[in-house]
Amino acid sequence: MDIVYAIWLRNVKRYLRSKSRIIGSLGMPLFFMLVLGFGLDSIVRIPGMEKGYMDFIIPGIVAMSVLFTSVFSGIQIIWDKQFGFLKETLVAPVSRLEIMIGQTLGGATTAVVQGLIIMIFALFIGLKPVGIAGFLVAIGFMALIGVTFTAFGIAIASRMEDMHGFQLIMNFVIFPIFGLSGALFPIDGLPDQIRPLTLIDPLTYGVEGIRYGLSGTAQIHPLASLIVMAACAALMTVVGAYLFRKIQS
Amino acid sequence: MPAIDVRNLMKSFGDLTAVDNVSFAIASGEVFGLLGPNGAGKTTTISMLSTMQKPTSGTATVNGHDIVTAEDDVRKSIGIVFQDQSLDEELTAYENMDFHGRLYRIPGEERRQRIDELLTLVGLVDRKDDLVKTYSGGMRRRLEIARGLLHEPKVLFLDEPTLGLDPQTRNHLWEYIARLNEEKGITIILTTHYMEEADRLCDRVAIIDRGTIVALDTAENLKDSIGGDVVAIASPDPDAIAGLLTAPWISSIERHDGSVTIRLQEADRHIPGIVTAIHQSGIGITSLSVRKPTLEDVFLHYTGRTIREEGATGKETMRMTHRARRR
Repeated sequence: MDIVYAIWLRNVKRYLRSKSRIIGSLGMPLFFMLVLGFGLDSIVRIPGMEKGYMDFIIPGIVAMSVLFTSVFSGIQIIWDKQFGFLKETLVAPVSRLEIMIGQTLGGATTAVVQGLIIMIFALFIGLKPVGIAGFLVAIGFMALIGVTFTAFGIAIASRMEDMHGFQLIMNFVIFPIFGLSGALFPIDGLPDQIRPLTLIDPLTYGVEGIRYGLSGTAQIHPLASLIVMAACAALMTVVGAYLFRKIQS
Repeated sequence: MPAIDVRNLMKSFGDLTAVDNVSFAIASGEVFGLLGPNGAGKTTTISMLSTMQKPTSGTATVNGHDIVTAEDDVRKSIGIVFQDQSLDEELTAYENMDFHGRLYRIPGEERRQRIDELLTLVGLVDRKDDLVKTYSGGMRRRLEIARGLLHEPKVLFLDEPTLGLDPQTRNHLWEYIARLNEEKGITIILTTHYMEEADRLCDRVAIIDRGTIVALDTAENLKDSIGGDVVAIASPDPDAIAGLLTAPWISSIERHDGSVTIRLQEADRHIPGIVTAIHQSGIGITSLSVRKPTLEDVFLHYTGRTIREEGATGKETMRMTHRARRR
C-alpha cells in the first residue's frame, strides 16, 4: 500500500504543479459546455426532461473532462519512459502491479478533480444538484470512469514507443468514445443502427450514472450503469496491469 | 563471499552478442571498473546485474543473491545510477529522494534523517526544495548518487557517472565517489570509457571490448604488464621508423596515423640510440615523447585500437544532444 501511495502522491503533486495543464484541459470542456449549452438551449428540447439542454449536457461534459484527463494521465507513462524516470521505479524491489495501481489511482484522482472543477463551473451557469447524495453518486461514477480510462491509457502507453501515436489514439479512439456516448444526445431517440454502438460504449454508462446523480433522472437504470462501469474499471485494470508487466524501460 | 560473482554471463540480441561469456568476481568494498568503448557491452552487463535484463545464459550473484531467481533480493542490495538521467524534474530534490525512500519502504523518521544526511554529503542540502529542472548536470548526477545510496545498498552501480560533465564537475564527483567508498565501505562497480576515471577511482579495472573481458587487473599491473615505458614518435614517415627499429630491447612497435608507439624497458637509456638511428637514415622526427604507459596504451595493446577511435559514436552524440535539449 505504501508503494501505491508513493506513486499516487507523485502523480498528484505533478498534477497540482502543472498549472498550464490544469487550465489547458479545462478549455475544451468549458468551450463545449458554453457553446453547445447556451447555443442549443433554446432550440433543443429533450423528450421526457423538464429542464433545458444545458442541464442535459452538463453531466456529459463532466464525463468528457474526466475521460480526457484520465487517458492523458495514463499515456504520460511514455514520458516517464522517455525521460528515464520509469527506470527508477522499475528497478526498485516493488511489483509492477503496485506501480500500475498507483499510476491508475493517481490518474483517476486528477481526472476526478478536473471533473469537479467543471462541475463547480456548472453550478454558476445553472446546475442545481438534487442533493448531497446525488453529488456523491456522480463523484463515484467519475472515479470509475477515471480508473477505466487511466488504465486504458497505461495499457496503450505500455505498447507505444513515443508520443507520436497519441494524436491517433485521441482522434480514432477517445473522440469516438466521447461522441458515441450519450454525453451530447439522448440515447432513446437514436436510430436503430447507431443505438447498439452507444450501448457498447462504456462511457455511456458513466455519463448516465453522473446524469442520474446530478439530475435524478437517467435513461439507463443507475444500478445497471454502476455494474457495467465497475466491471469496465476492473477489466481495464487487469488488461493495463497485464500489458504494463511487459513494459521495457 | 564476493560482492558480485559473475560466471559465463552471456547476452545476445538476435545475431548480436552484446556480452560474450564474461566471468569476474568483485570483492566486498572494492571499486571495480568496466572500461571499454561504447557498445562494448558495459551497460548490458550492468543491466543484467541489476536485474533490468535477463541473461541469455550464465549466472551471476550480487551480494549472494542470484540475479535471475532472487530478483527482489538483488534489487534491495543495489543502488544504481543509470547512464541517462532518471530523476523527476517536476519534483524537488527532496521529493525525488522521498519517493525513492518510500519505494524501498524506509520508515518515515529514518527516511527524513537519511535524506538530510545524504543531501548534505553531496552538497545539495541548501537546494533540496528546488525543482530538479533548475539543477545543473553535475548537481543532478550528485542527486542521483545520493538517491542510489538512500536505501543503504551493499553495492552501488554507476553507469558512466561523469558522461557529459565538464572536467571540474567530474573531478568533484570523483572525490565524492572515492569518499563514499572509504567512509561507507560500499562496493562500487562503475562503467566508463574515460581512462583517467578508471585509473583514479578503481582498485581493479576490467577492459571490455566487443563483449569480452580482454584484461583484468589493477591499473598499475595492467600498465606494467605491457612493458616498461612508452616512446611515441611523430614523423612524416612512420613506416620507415617501424622498419628501422629492430633492437632486442624493444618489446613492441605499433603504428597509427602519423606516429609510432614503441614500448621498451628503461627508455631514458635508449632514447639517444633511437634518435641517432632515425637521424642517420635521414628520416624526420616531428616530435618525440617519453612517458609511463597509461590505460590508453593498455587498451591499445589488448584491442589494437585506441578507445577514442570509437569514442563519440552516433549513439553518444545523439544522447548528448538529447540531454542538451532537455536542459
